[in-house]
Amino acid sequence: MPDTILRTHELHKAFGALRASEGISITLKQGEIHAIIGPNGAGKSTLIAQICGALRPDSGRVEFLGRDVTALPTEARARMGLARTFQTSALAMEQTVLQNALLGALGASGRPWRFFSRVSADQALRDIAESALHEAGLLDFAQTRTAELSHGQRRQLEVAVALTLRPRAFVMDEPMAGLGAEGSKRLTGFLDRLQDRAPILLVEHDMDAVFALADRISVLVYGRVIATGTVDEIRADPRVREAYLGDEA
Amino acid sequence: MSRERLLNALLLAGLVVVPGWALWADEPFTITLATRAVIFALAAVGLNIALGMGGLVSLGHAVFFGIGGYAMGVLASHAQSYTPLYDGLFTLEGTKAMPVIWLVAAAASALAAWLIGLLSLRTSGVYFIMITLAFGQMAYFFAISWPAYGGEDGLSIYVRNGFPGLNTLDPIQFYGICLAWLCLALWGHARLRRSPFGLALDAARQVPARVQAVGLDPKRLYLVALVISGAVTGLSGALFADLNRFVSPSMLSWQMSGEIMVFVIIGGVARLFGPVVGAVFYVALEHWLGGVSDYWQIILGVVLLAVVLFGRGGLIGLVCGKERPDA
Ligand SMILES: Nc1ncnc2c1ncn2[C@@H]1O[C@H](COP(=O)(O)OP(=O)(O)OP(=O)(O)O)[C@@H](O)[C@H]1O
Ligand SMILES: [Mg+2]
Repeated sequence: MPDTILRTHELHKAFGALRASEGISITLKQGEIHAIIGPNGAGKSTLIAQICGALRPDSGRVEFLGRDVTALPTEARARMGLARTFQTSALAMEQTVLQNALLGALGASGRPWRFFSRVSADQALRDIAESALHEAGLLDFAQTRTAELSHGQRRQLEVAVALTLRPRAFVMDEPMAGLGAEGSKRLTGFLDRLQDRAPILLVEHDMDAVFALADRISVLVYGRVIATGTVDEIRADPRVREAYLGDEA
Repeated sequence: MSRERLLNALLLAGLVVVPGWALWADEPFTITLATRAVIFALAAVGLNIALGMGGLVSLGHAVFFGIGGYAMGVLASHAQSYTPLYDGLFTLEGTKAMPVIWLVAAAASALAAWLIGLLSLRTSGVYFIMITLAFGQMAYFFAISWPAYGGEDGLSIYVRNGFPGLNTLDPIQFYGICLAWLCLALWGHARLRRSPFGLALDAARQVPARVQAVGLDPKRLYLVALVISGAVTGLSGALFADLNRFVSPSMLSWQMSGEIMVFVIIGGVARLFGPVVGAVFYVALEHWLGGVSDYWQIILGVVLLAVVLFGRGGLIGLVCGKERPDA
């Protein structure tokens, strides 16, 4: 098995005159958490959109599991096991928590063309959905309408749905966004445990979480990766301090 | 039993009791009105699958209604004039048998829905509405300029088509056929909502990006929903033509599309029995107020306005409140 699960090669993407990605080459290796940090508008979500298939790069390649997936649509990449979470929760708010998880399991099963059987009676799907909810600590809320969840619980559900996809890699866009200290801590613990399941490409603003979780960090500024390294290397890098961390580190 | 289920059961009971009473009291016209309401409800169940489950605001459902109607008209007119539809390598005869007509009506509408969906689902929002409307207008003017089948004047059928073992000329028996179809469609819709497909479609309506992220293509889900929806509405068109023993381009008009949508909205979008409530309400209003004044549609407009402004769940929403998700 190749050690590198996910790789981008020289990704370029411009919105008019704005160059959101300028030759981004990063890798995600088996077993690691690779954090991407950078100021607002640096192009982190744009990078994720290209990796997951929502945006086509102007040039460059995305490789997943050793295959060039640049031309594949989002859903095909997801079926290969690329599991993403969104910066702003993208959940079916009118459905229950369990239904959201079932949807993930259903997508991964590749068998949505069943019109008469009850989806909730499909034990195989249910097992996957419920075990993901259990891991995310949401099993008690299985029958709750998603709109009634707290913000923190929605962030956890995002991750739980990703878990139902038999993931080979996680791609998470600011999973801690909007969480308080308590919520961040809980989610940090959860992600730490997930790392054994599949490597995580983690875009995150919460520096405590990043320093606690990441094996490697890449710093993205104005569409360019200005540094990649271990936590200590990045903390010590003067360019990074100047461009992004300021006095914080 | 939840309030909505109770209401649904009462409605079904009403659809049996009222025509039953009319039969006993020898009021055949009431039976005809009920038949009309039930057929409209069936058309609206079709739309409710696309609109309620998939969020597809189609202003072109008259296309399917009309195709169903013309499927009946074309087949039956050839049968009554003893001229084959096609006489070449093989011979294709018309027919007066309802089951065959239904099959052709549903299949032709499904095919039309697939073609329309392939093109219209490239767009969304107001453009989708406009494209479906445009297809409706195309079908309408095509029918008007098609002299072989009556053109603007439409097509009359002398005797209602037959169903093995039943006397379809008897109003109550024909009503029974229509009610059976409505019940079957409602049952199918209820199953669909809880099915794997229904779950995926419901999510695709709410958050397409989520559906893609779990490996499904929302456009394909919408397309299949539109095909099912078109087939159901097409079937109702065949029944409607049989009720009137007449089919004309007006079945394809955009007003017809609007009426089907009004049934769904007044009753309650995405509510299982919304189409039934809407269609019964509409037919009742048309009958009672239509006799009093030609401007009965003003009242309809006021009700529609009230429902849209105050009760997003339609009349059912006003009575039963918000719907709860069932896992
Ligand atoms: N579809 C788009 N069209 C035009 N400009 C865009 C588009 N998407 C993003 N941008 C711009 O590209 C730049 C990068 O945006 P992006 O969302 O990738 O940043 P980000 O690093 O994720 O920021 P944040 O930390 O605020 O989430 C921003 O200036 C943004 O305004
Ligand atoms: Mg972002």
